[in-house]
Amino acid sequence: MIALLIRDLRLATRSGGGFGLGLAFFLLMAVLVPLGVGPDPTTLAKIAPGILWVGALLSCLLSLDRLFALDAEDGSLELLATAPIPLEGVVAVKSLAHWAVTGLPLTLAAPALGLLLNLPTAGYPWLIAAFALGTPALSVIGAFGAALTVGLKRGGLLLSLLVLPLYLPTLIFGAEVIRRGTQGLDAATPLLFLAAISLASAALLPFASAAAIRVNLR
Amino acid sequence: MTLTITNLTCARGGLTVLAGIGFTLLPGHALILQGPNGIGKTTVLRTIAGLQRAQSGQITAPADSIAYAAHADGIKPTLTVRENLSFWAAIFGKRDLAMTLAAMNLTGIADRPAATLSAGQKRRLGLARLAVTGRPIWLLDEPTVSLDAASTALFVAMITRHLGQGGAALIASHIDLGLPQAATLDLTAFAGHDRPQTSPFDGVTA
Repeated sequence: MIALLIRDLRLATRSGGGFGLGLAFFLLMAVLVPLGVGPDPTTLAKIAPGILWVGALLSCLLSLDRLFALDAEDGSLELLATAPIPLEGVVAVKSLAHWAVTGLPLTLAAPALGLLLNLPTAGYPWLIAAFALGTPALSVIGAFGAALTVGLKRGGLLLSLLVLPLYLPTLIFGAEVIRRGTQGLDAATPLLFLAAISLASAALLPFASAAAIRVNLR
Repeated sequence: MTLTITNLTCARGGLTVLAGIGFTLLPGHALILQGPNGIGKTTVLRTIAGLQRAQSGQITAPADSIAYAAHADGIKPTLTVRENLSFWAAIFGKRDLAMTLAAMNLTGIADRPAATLSAGQKRRLGLARLAVTGRPIWLLDEPTVSLDAASTALFVAMITRHLGQGGAALIASHIDLGLPQAATLDLTAFAGHDRPQTSPFDGVTA
């Protein structure tokens, strides 16, 4: 299991691994939005939570189609399916590796981008908390979508169509945490919901993903 | 560590390709599966490996005893030869890497990224993976594709050593590997009834 995590992290950071791609996309998006919306600070502050979360969703999607497709192409997925570690564990570890190279950097970069979008100071702790608790769900749900489309050539678009609707609860509660945080309201409730979504997805979806991979390998 | 197949029927894409296969593979022995392209050699191996379901019949083997080597070698191009092999060694439980690298003549290229390997070198790395699994029953699908005579000899030596240690091997192959303890099973005899018996060119005259 640890060997798989190390391998995935190593693959992501080697050339062509796509590490930083999602982060760069996230940065670009946060830079482009003020240019498109105009420099009015109050408007920007108002839309900042939503923009940050939509940016996180989209940059997470960027690297998802490679999650199992590359392993399926070179035959590693079949070999992993016959290996002594359970396929559910493989899915969980690969989701964790995906989070470590996308969700974690996004969480760390989010405060800087909040600054670009003129997010009120009171929102920063909530921004970090919401990203830290919400982005794991993006990777786990995304892994499920990637598992469903693993046998398909050019499955990336279908993957986005499948996964984006499943991201809705994370988006709603995630943005709500930051919005309430910036307005000084109680943000604990949406934050707890966000954590619950992540925990429930992480507990249940690896089983569904593993089943989907087994069907697709057949 | 005996693999027993009884009355196995397997399908590809919902279509029965082979029916009524039965054999027993004892430790120290190898069985070569033969038959024309498309007869279902890969399907049989995938079914026994547990990657697809058998339509009927029984596959009896001790738990976690089967290692499968498919057409694709599962090699990551950006990792070095050693990293590729040590990953699989770690997944299956640590084995002696240096010996396996030497056995397949990979020591000299152990620190090269796998992307720079030739097809034959990749195949050797793929086959070396079997040795680090430590599993007794090997299923091999066309193992000698893109291997030259010297590499084929290395592979035969590896199989012979494995059989000598009480392992077993089920090999789909077109060529004669010259294994002393090998029996041959021609799958043509088990071709399923759903398989089209006539070719689309029957009745066409030039």
